[in-house]
Amino acid sequence: MEKFTTLDGIVVPLDRANIDTDAIIPKQFLKSIKRSGFGPNLFDEWRYLDHGEPGMDNTQRSVNPDFVLNYPRYQGASILLARKNFGCGSSREHAPWALEDYGFRVILAPSFADIFFNNSFKNGLLPIVLSEDLIDQLFTEVESQEGYRLNIDLEKQTITKADGSTIAFAVDAFRKHCLLNGLDDIGLTLQHADAITAYENNRRKQSPWLFQ
Amino acid sequence: MAARTLYDKLWDDHVVHQDDDGTALLYIDRHLVHEVTSPQAFEGLRLAGRKPWRTSSVLASPDHNVPTTDRSLGIADEVSRIQVETLDQNCSEFGITEFKMDDIRQGIVHVIGPEEGATLPGMTVVCGDSHTSTHGAFGALAFGIGTSEVEHVLATQCLIQKKSSNMLVKVNGNLPVGITGKDVVLAIIGKIGTAGGTGYAIEFAGEGIEDLSLEGRMSLCNMAIEAGARAGMVAVDAKTIDYVRGRPYAPKGDDWDKAVQYWQTLHSDEGAVFDAVVELDAQDIQPQVTWGTSPEMVVTIDGKVPDPLNEPDPVKKEGMLRAIEYMGLEANTPITDIRPDKVFIGSCTNSRIEDLRAAAAIARGRKVADNIKLAMVVPGSGLVKQQAEQEGLDTIFIAAGFEWREPGCSMCLAMNADRLEPGERCASTSNRNFEGRQGQGGRTHLVSPAMAAAAAISGHFVDSRKLSVE
Repeated sequence: MEKFTTLDGIVVPLDRANIDTDAIIPKQFLKSIKRSGFGPNLFDEWRYLDHGEPGMDNTQRSVNPDFVLNYPRYQGASILLARKNFGCGSSREHAPWALEDYGFRVILAPSFADIFFNNSFKNGLLPIVLSEDLIDQLFTEVESQEGYRLNIDLEKQTITKADGSTIAFAVDAFRKHCLLNGLDDIGLTLQHADAITAYENNRRKQSPWLFQ
Repeated sequence: MAARTLYDKLWDDHVVHQDDDGTALLYIDRHLVHEVTSPQAFEGLRLAGRKPWRTSSVLASPDHNVPTTDRSLGIADEVSRIQVETLDQNCSEFGITEFKMDDIRQGIVHVIGPEEGATLPGMTVVCGDSHTSTHGAFGALAFGIGTSEVEHVLATQCLIQKKSSNMLVKVNGNLPVGITGKDVVLAIIGKIGTAGGTGYAIEFAGEGIEDLSLEGRMSLCNMAIEAGARAGMVAVDAKTIDYVRGRPYAPKGDDWDKAVQYWQTLHSDEGAVFDAVVELDAQDIQPQVTWGTSPEMVVTIDGKVPDPLNEPDPVKKEGMLRAIEYMGLEANTPITDIRPDKVFIGSCTNSRIEDLRAAAAIARGRKVADNIKLAMVVPGSGLVKQQAEQEGLDTIFIAAGFEWREPGCSMCLAMNADRLEPGERCASTSNRNFEGRQGQGGRTHLVSPAMAAAAAISGHFVDSRKLSVE
């Protein structure tokens, strides 16, 4: 996994609540057996005017000029500003893969769906929960100031605006540690291999029917 | 020991190791695998030179991409075919049991797990699929995971987890006749919202839940995720034990007695504390129909499409306006005036034998209305299909004008060839009415199997109880 330490980037506002993972990456792209290459199809049904299928040359498709990701002022954005319950629905990890492949590293929202939130951390994507009021304020600022950027510092757990003011955010200590160091969860868990074996042996004795 | 909830008990029984900050390693008893969310996980194992920790815990079947029409020709779509073949190759390489496309036991993973007795009370059950919450119906801790976690479970038999909070959803009193698990869960989602359960494990309890069969409880727990909760569950009772008895993977002999003794402890203790409690009166639950693009956008069959002008919250109002436009509806339209183009009976929510019986009871001796372009029934597994055919349900459906298909996820998410065309409206027994879920531009109304069949027969939504045989 790619490390996340600090990021300075353009913010794009996506002003809709309950954005589901079907919208983030539609089902036809889930047929891929790879982990990469989903970026061009992020928000496919909103971003393009035609129907997307795997294998199409996306540079030749007609884009929807009214979709916020296509506005010239937000090109190159790496921070997504969103509304509540972002990432609800399907558990597809293709959603954080697509966001990351597009170039996003941070998502700011008042709340996230649990599975999406969890999947993001496994892919170097930092979801940050802020209060509804702060999110409202950020929407106002981003929409009124062209070229609006934020600076995110995971170690310090701060978001710094261009005027130097900062917002503190909370993050789980274990997830922060993994993200800062780009650690592989499986490697960490296997350090407990003896404990897993001991637990399993005991369970096999107590509940043998689980091991048939 | 202090009084514990069912979730507390299931959690405590599976903790292998816990850090001071509450981060735990949780042992996984059963891992269900399908073709969509597993290829990258197996590839990860190969790249790291790892092997699955315990192959006997894994059960696989292709379900999302499989055709529901004649399978003798294989899968026409090449990308879908490669994904299914990749699952076959991975299972064969790593020694994992797989019910392949031509196996009578093949089906939707959330149907075949319980059907085989591979889902048992007291287990932790995971799958790279959000509807894994289904298995909580058995007093199991079951939840969906992402592909990185699929790889993690394969490699370590564990997951790194933090415990959720406890929520109790209590349905007081007995359910009215004709009200199903689907109606109950849609009513709950309508009450608490699609994020109402976020951060919680939900236990469903009360007479209204006890009234439900195990299959009804599966429909209920299946959609816990649509209320935001990764896990939903119901305490073990006599119905649970009866359902499990004699299934291929269920314990036998002395093991059975020992297992039952343990399973009977799988309920919340008297006085156990929940972080949140929601109560509903069963008598108030009527047949439900969603009108919008989120499962929380739901009303009763005698209701109307709501008017966004009456919504004070600006974000919610914007969502309602957008949903009404997408759905091609107008505010204040009676639900019974809405006319579907297609009807889909199937999915991990509603494709079990009782679901098919309920739909067939409405379809029997009647005809699908002229305005319905396609009405299809997709059983959840090959064994459900076989059972239905033994009962003659296929004949009833076909005579009424329904198509009788092969098992799979089908038009719940339209990864195979079954889908809505732009603008088409569907009465569907599936679980998500998101934009484009059943095909780009498609419009989904979620209902129970009896309600879907009634809409097919009437050509518009109608209270299925009016069509029930007296």
